[in-house]
Amino acid sequence: MTVGGIGKHGIRFRGSQHFRHVIGAMSVAASSLFASSVLANPQPGQLNLTPGVTTYSDVPYMLNNVALGVCVVIGILVFGAMFIAMFRFRKSRGAVPEKWSHNTTVEIIWTAIPVVILVSLAWLATDGLRKFSDTTGAQMTVKVTGYQWKWRYDYVDYLGKPVSHVGFMSKLDDRSNATRQLDSGLDPYAVKVGDENTYLLDVDHPLVVPVDTKIRFVITADDVIHSWFVPALGWKMDAIPGVVNATWTNIKVPGVYRGQCAELCGQDHGFMPIVVKAVSKEDFVKWLADQQKPATPAPASTAAAPAQATAQVATKQNNQG
Amino acid sequence: MAHAATHDEHHDEHHEHQNFFQRWVMSTNHKDIGTLYLVFSLLMFFIGGSFAMVIRAELFKPGLQLVQPYFFNEMTTMHALVMIFGAVMPAFVGLGNWMIPMMVGAPDMALPRMNNLSFWILPFAFALMLSTLFLPGGGPAGGWTMYPPLSLQSASTAYVVFAIHLMGISSIMGAINIIATILNMRAPGMDLLKMPVFVWSWLITAFLLIAVMPVLAGAVTMLLTDKYFSTHFFDAAGGGDPVLFQHVFWFFGHPEVYIMILPAFGIISEIIPTFARKPIFGYKAMVFAIASIAFLSFIVWAHHMFAVGLPLGAEIFFMYATMLIAVPTGVKVFNWVATMWGGSMTFETPMLFAIAFVILFTIGGFSGLMLALVPADFQYHDTYFVVAHFHYVLVTGAIFAIMAATYYWIPKWTGNMYSEFWGKVHFWNSVVWVNVLFFPQHFLGLAGMPRRIPDYNVAFANFNMISSIGGFLFGASQLIFLSVIIHCVWFSKKKATDRVWEGARGLEWTLSSPPPHHSFTIAPVIHDEELAHGHVED
Repeated sequence: MTVGGIGKHGIRFRGSQHFRHVIGAMSVAASSLFASSVLANPQPGQLNLTPGVTTYSDVPYMLNNVALGVCVVIGILVFGAMFIAMFRFRKSRGAVPEKWSHNTTVEIIWTAIPVVILVSLAWLATDGLRKFSDTTGAQMTVKVTGYQWKWRYDYVDYLGKPVSHVGFMSKLDDRSNATRQLDSGLDPYAVKVGDENTYLLDVDHPLVVPVDTKIRFVITADDVIHSWFVPALGWKMDAIPGVVNATWTNIKVPGVYRGQCAELCGQDHGFMPIVVKAVSKEDFVKWLADQQKPATPAPASTAAAPAQATAQVATKQNNQG
Repeated sequence: MAHAATHDEHHDEHHEHQNFFQRWVMSTNHKDIGTLYLVFSLLMFFIGGSFAMVIRAELFKPGLQLVQPYFFNEMTTMHALVMIFGAVMPAFVGLGNWMIPMMVGAPDMALPRMNNLSFWILPFAFALMLSTLFLPGGGPAGGWTMYPPLSLQSASTAYVVFAIHLMGISSIMGAINIIATILNMRAPGMDLLKMPVFVWSWLITAFLLIAVMPVLAGAVTMLLTDKYFSTHFFDAAGGGDPVLFQHVFWFFGHPEVYIMILPAFGIISEIIPTFARKPIFGYKAMVFAIASIAFLSFIVWAHHMFAVGLPLGAEIFFMYATMLIAVPTGVKVFNWVATMWGGSMTFETPMLFAIAFVILFTIGGFSGLMLALVPADFQYHDTYFVVAHFHYVLVTGAIFAIMAATYYWIPKWTGNMYSEFWGKVHFWNSVVWVNVLFFPQHFLGLAGMPRRIPDYNVAFANFNMISSIGGFLFGASQLIFLSVIIHCVWFSKKKATDRVWEGARGLEWTLSSPPPHHSFTIAPVIHDEELAHGHVED
C-alpha cells in the first residue's frame, strides 16, 4: 500500500487526511491500517489538531480551523492598524496629536461586526454540539471506569445483546513504566512498537472496538475525577465518581489510537494512557468470543433490551461503589 | 523642595519619631502600605517563578530527571496559588493603594488601619501555605482548583484552606477600602465620570472581589468539613456531588480571572494616552466595557467545565455567554488602537509593555474565543492549549500590565528615573522569551498533550524543550527587572520631574516626585484639561 510509508512524516500529510480515510476504510491490509493510526496520534512537530478518525471528529477540527482563521484575520487587521499607527504617528516623525477622543459611528461599527462574526461561529459550534450530544442509536456500549491510575473497560452490550464477563483493567505498559521511573537510565526514545514511539502512550490491554459501529461509552470513576481523552476520537469526557457520563464514537478507520487521562488525578496522572484498538467487525466478533471463552462457555442468547444494559451499568456501578 | 529624597519628605512632616518597625509594620499610610504590597508581590513573583522553573526543568526532555511526580504536582499547584493570590492580586492592590488616593485627590485610603491589617494578614497566610512544602505529607498537589475528591487526599488541606481564608479576608477588606475611598473620598469636582479609567477598573474589580471571595471561602470550608467532619458535600457515596464543587469554585473562579485583568485594563488605559499624547478614545465606552465584562463574568463559570457532562442546554448557554465577552473586550482593544491613531507617540519602557500587552493579551483573547466553542473545547480542554491561553492572558496580560505600571509610576514613587536603557533590555528580553515560552504550548495542546503531567511522549519533546528554554530565559530576564527597580530606588542619580512624562495627565502628576508622605491634605481644585481623558462631551 502506498500509505504504508507515510507514518514518519507527520504533519506534511495532514491535508490528505480525507484521501487516506478513504483508502483506510476500503483497505483490510494490516500495514496500511497501522500507518493511518500512527498519523492520528501525536506527531513530533505537529502544529494543529488531528482531524481524527471518526464520523464526528472533523467537527472540532473544522471548528478549530474556522475559528483560527477568523482570529488570524482579525489579528492582522487590528495589529496591522496598530503597527501603521506606531509608524505614522511617532513624535520623532513630527506627528502632532489630534484632539478627538470619540466617534460614535466607528464605535457602533466595531461593536456590531464582532457580533455578526460571533453569531456565525456560534451557529457552527451549536450544530456540532448537537451532533455530539446525540448518544441515541448506539449499537454497542462500553463502560469506562477511571481508577488511580489505570482504566477499566467493561463491555456491556453489542448489537442489542448483553455481553457478560468481558471486562479488564488497562494500565501503563511495563516498558514505559520502567523507563519513566526517576533516574531510570532508560531511554524514552527506545520505547517503540514498530516504528512508532509509544513511551507513556501504551497499555497492557487496549480497548478493542469495531469500526463503523456507533459505540456508546458510559464513563465514570471509582476514586477521584479522571478524564477519558483520545484526540483521534475528537473529544474528552470526565470520569467522575458517582456520576455516569454518556458519550459516543463511530470510528471509520481501523487502527490503534492513543490518548491519556486529561484530568489531574494524583501522582501518576501522567501515567495512565488510553489505547483504543479499532478492528473490523469480523475481527471484533472473533475477539469478543475469545474473551468470553475462558470465563463462560457462551453468551446468553436471550434478546436484551437496551434498558437492561443500562440497568447492568447501574448495578455494576453500585457493586464497585 | 519638590525633589527632596523620600526620607527628607518624611522629616518635613510629623514622622521623625518613627523607627523602621513603626513606619512599616504599624503604617496607616496608603503609600507605605502600597509599597509593602508591591514588595511582597515581587517576592512572591520570584518564589512562584522558581516553582515554574522546576516545572520547566523537569519538562525539558522526556523521562523523569529531577523530581518525583508528586512533587511536580506540588509545584504546579503552588505555582498557581502563589502567582494568583501572592503576586498578581497583591500587586494590583498595591498599585491601587498607591495611586487611587492620588488620582482622586484624597489624602489617604478611607480606612487606613484596616488597610494595614489587610496587608499584614498576607505574609502570615503565605507563610502558612508555603510551610506545607516542608511538612510531612507535603504541600497541596491537587491543582490550584482543588477539585475534590483528589484535593481531599492531600495532607495539607487544612493549612491551605486556612491560608485561603486569610487571603480572602485580606482581599475583602482591601476591596471594601477601595470602594469606600473611591465613593467617599474624591476631591470636589472629581465626578465619577471624570475618574481615571484605572480608578474605574478598580472600583468594579473591588465589587467583584466582595461578591466572589466569600464564595471561595464557602467552597473551601466545605472541603474542610468534608475531610474532617464527614459532611459529604462533594462525596457521591454520601449523597453529595463532586461536580457541585466545580460549580461553586468557578462561580468564584471566573470573576477571579477578571479580578486579575480589569485593573490591567485600567493601567493600559492610563499609559497609552500618556505616550500617544492624546486622550483615551471612547472613555465612556471603556468604562462601560469594563462593567459589562464584570457582569458577564458571573454567568460564564461553567465554560471551565464543558467536559464534566453538562446537559446540552447548559453547554449552549455557557458557550454563548462566553462568546459575548469578546464584544466588550474587542471594544477595549479597538479603543486602545484608536487612542494611538493620530497621536504623537514615543516608546519609553511603560509604553513598550503596554503595546506588548495589547497584542499579546489579544492573542490570549483569541485562544479564549476558540476555547469557548464547546466542540473544539472537547479537544482543547485540559491540554497545553489551555495552559498557553491563560498564560498569555495572565503573564503577557496581567503581569506585563503590572510591569508597565511599575515603570510608569516608579519615578513618581521614588523621585528617581529608572534606567531607560536597562528597562528596554528588560522589555525586549521579556517579550521575546515569553513568546518562546508560551507560543509552542499551543502546538503541544493541539497535538494532545495534557496539562499537569511531569513526563510525556517523545512526540512532544521538541516544543517542550523550546518552551523550557524560553522559560529559563524569561525567568532570568526578571532579574533585570529586579535590578532596574533596586537601581532606581537607591542608586539612580537622575531625578524625576513632577510631571515625569510629557503627555501625563491626571492629579497624581500635579504632586511632587516623590509625593509628600501625606498628599492632598487639602482637596485639590480639579481642572478638566488636567484629566487623563480630556473633556468628556455628551
